Amino acid sequence: MIDKTTMTEKNITLKIKRQDRPASSAYWQTFEVPHKPFANIISCLMEIQKSPTTEIGETVSPVTWDSNCLEEVCGSCTMLINGKVRQACTALVDNLTSPITLEPMSKFPVVRDLQVDRERMFKNLKKVKAWIDIDGSHDIGEGPIMQDQDRAKRYVMSECMTCGCCLEACPQFTMDNSFLGASTFNQVRLFNLHPTGEMKKEDRLNAVMGEGGITDCGNAQVCVEVCPKNIPLTESIADISRQTTWQAIKNLFIK
Amino acid sequence: MLNRKKKIIVIGGGLAGLALAMKFCERNGEVTVVSYQSLKRSHSVCAQGGINAAIDAKNEGDTPEKHFYDTIKGGDFLAHQPLVRDMCYQAPAIIHLMDRMGVAFNRTGEGHLDFRRFGGTLYNRTAFAGATTGQQLVYALDEQVRRHVHDGSAKTLEWHEYLGAVLDSEGICRGAVIHDLRTDEIYTLKADAVVLATGGPGQVYARSTNSVVNTGAAATTAYLQGAKYANGEFIQIHPTAIPGQDKLRLMSESARGEGGRIWVPRKASDQRDPKKIPENERYYFLEEKYPLFKNLVPRDVASREIYDIVYNKNLGVSGDPMVYLDLTHKSREFLDNRLGGIMDTYTKFTGVDPRESPMKIFPAVHYSMGGLWTDYGPDSDGLIDHGSPRNQMTSITGLFAAGEADYQYHGANRLGANSLLSCIYTGLMMARGIMNYTDSLEKSVDDIPSTVFDDTQSHWKNKFDEIKKMNGSENPHKLHHELGDIMLANVLIVRDNKSLEKAFHEIHDIETRFKDVKCLDTQDWANPSPSFINQLYCMIHLSKIITKGALMRDEFRGSHYKPDFDLNQPKDFDPHEYIDYLEQKQYGEVNLERFPAGHLDYMKRFEANNEKWLKTTVAQYKNNQPEITYEDVNTSLVTPRPRKYD
Repeated sequence: MIDKTTMTEKNITLKIKRQDRPASSAYWQTFEVPHKPFANIISCLMEIQKSPTTEIGETVSPVTWDSNCLEEVCGSCTMLINGKVRQACTALVDNLTSPITLEPMSKFPVVRDLQVDRERMFKNLKKVKAWIDIDGSHDIGEGPIMQDQDRAKRYVMSECMTCGCCLEACPQFTMDNSFLGASTFNQVRLFNLHPTGEMKKEDRLNAVMGEGGITDCGNAQVCVEVCPKNIPLTESIADISRQTTWQAIKNLFIK
Repeated sequence: MLNRKKKIIVIGGGLAGLALAMKFCERNGEVTVVSYQSLKRSHSVCAQGGINAAIDAKNEGDTPEKHFYDTIKGGDFLAHQPLVRDMCYQAPAIIHLMDRMGVAFNRTGEGHLDFRRFGGTLYNRTAFAGATTGQQLVYALDEQVRRHVHDGSAKTLEWHEYLGAVLDSEGICRGAVIHDLRTDEIYTLKADAVVLATGGPGQVYARSTNSVVNTGAAATTAYLQGAKYANGEFIQIHPTAIPGQDKLRLMSESARGEGGRIWVPRKASDQRDPKKIPENERYYFLEEKYPLFKNLVPRDVASREIYDIVYNKNLGVSGDPMVYLDLTHKSREFLDNRLGGIMDTYTKFTGVDPRESPMKIFPAVHYSMGGLWTDYGPDSDGLIDHGSPRNQMTSITGLFAAGEADYQYHGANRLGANSLLSCIYTGLMMARGIMNYTDSLEKSVDDIPSTVFDDTQSHWKNKFDEIKKMNGSENPHKLHHELGDIMLANVLIVRDNKSLEKAFHEIHDIETRFKDVKCLDTQDWANPSPSFINQLYCMIHLSKIITKGALMRDEFRGSHYKPDFDLNQPKDFDPHEYIDYLEQKQYGEVNLERFPAGHLDYMKRFEANNEKWLKTTVAQYKNNQPEITYEDVNTSLVTPRPRKYD
């Protein structure tokens, strides 16, 4: 807890990497905002909006960033804070060393300032058919019976917010390759574990067997360290590795 | 009849919008989903505790009819009854559908859906996926819509904003004005119908449990274009939230559903560590005052009691406006399995582990029961004709609303875990009606002259050009915060006419100062400033709707509490007395002896008050002000009666 007696008028210094357009070059600006109890990076950025003046007194356009839920369930406000990829909403300034640096994620194209385009992640969800093929949304009774332990295993995986932390940290995932990355492999495992989802298991496995697929994983294991939802990503990767090996053998015999 | 696929535009990628998109695609229609951001990030992900359906998995005798009654009573009888009844009857099928889609609902030993308790009911009626049920439901629907995108029947326009409806010469909605938030392009899209599934307006208060996008701007634009806005004054204040600078984060009602207890030290400003305060020196005020519902009284009741403890009795924790929400008597394993998400949220934002120490919480603006006025088509069984084109249509023909953006399901106060239900229900239910609406039109959108679209487009282009030229001295974000402060100070849990009048004047000052706003950024790429100024304009108008509605409604109903008009229910009153009284009246003679002293007077006051105020508030935009009128509520199924939870 924060001691109320230390709530002085001290300022928070933020060094922010900015970029006006996808093709323009980046530049740095420094801002100071008043310290408030329980301030997080989002509330600091909101302060800059209210008074968009840099440390040297220059009035500039406010910094732009993506955010929505502000309680770490939407995944939107992911950025590099003091060099570490994480959500800005749960980054409390009292736990950060000053000056605080903010940068956009480096593995996705910058849209503007701290905003990046993570469309690639959503495209990958389509590639691996990350959904259950229900017959329709009409009333055809109950879902499959499932053990709560299995449900609990799936639940942890299904908390993935498509934030991109795991991909930002992954040495294998770069802007110019087609590596699917940990979050996508985790989705394959999530749907293959569901009794109905399992029926389309082969489609999903085949989708992660080509270029950019599971065999490209270099096993650096950093994905699991940065996941804000503590998803056992390395387990998911190992499991999908096993599943694809069997699928490859099966494909040999069927073809 | 059209010889092409029917096409609609759905604004919003939350539960209501996604449910409708899925259903409409299944019915062979074409859908464009417009979203302010990537689809998986809508505010519906913030819902935590669960979704209600009377499946009676615990053999308690729960039924959809009881769910219906609890919902109507929870809403203080202000909701149209056939709609609520239909929703409650559809609820079990909706849960099973979501389960089939792969939502990781917690399960029983036998592998069936598990249920827990929520506020305003005595039954275990709430299905849940840990404490991130909303997120899990959004993902499941998002996956189905992604499947339709993959198959070609749905299209998404992410990072696009809805600016307004395209209305033809007869005032029928023929499409939408869309703003590309990256390229800054403004253009129109044609459609057979447009649906606003744009969520609630929490940002009007600046700080609430709502997400950044919940400005209510889309619904307000519809109001400014002539649509009716209903029951705006009914704003739900959630009893338990974590105070914060940028946001007041929700602490789910499921914390109490799983056994969480609300208390304060009996001694004012007791500075001891809460765990060192012995049981007999703790004041479990909800449990003492409401022995039947205890900590699970409806939200309006709980918020008022917390307010009373903190501000009238000065018993807030350490003298601050906060009370304890205590789960420390539950095992770590139990809490992780059933409430993991919210345990982590509290730890991350306060640095305190709620498994070890009681949480400190306070009420926060959470939900709008009011919203765009929408219609419905009842059937002869007291349910809804799902094929009726009237379902969910606003007062602008061809413009529909669903989810929190409409007003129909929660009356004067929403019960917990009913919002996810009403969102998915409206989305699914309205699809057939929209199909039929399209067939009923004399002229299709294809026959509308292009000038209608061109004119609307240039209207909005000019408007945004004007905004970009604004070069005054007011910072729009500061002004927004000031607007929020006015609303928080005057239009919250306890309301009185003097403060409301003051608020209304202060909002006018904000409106005047708005003209002197500076557009902070005039770039033509990924520039949020002009959009925000437009949203602020909408929020100012919406705050007027809320405040004027509250000012004019001189009664105490649900979340709208005006102590000056409290009917002062006698402590020993039994709501069944009121039913007896009405029956006796119907037969011509009221037996005065039958009722305890004071009860008959109270019932007469109650009856007279309902006569006057059991009405839907309708706001319409006239001369730059909301003009308020009242409409009857459909109470054809259960007799409205006094609420009681002790």
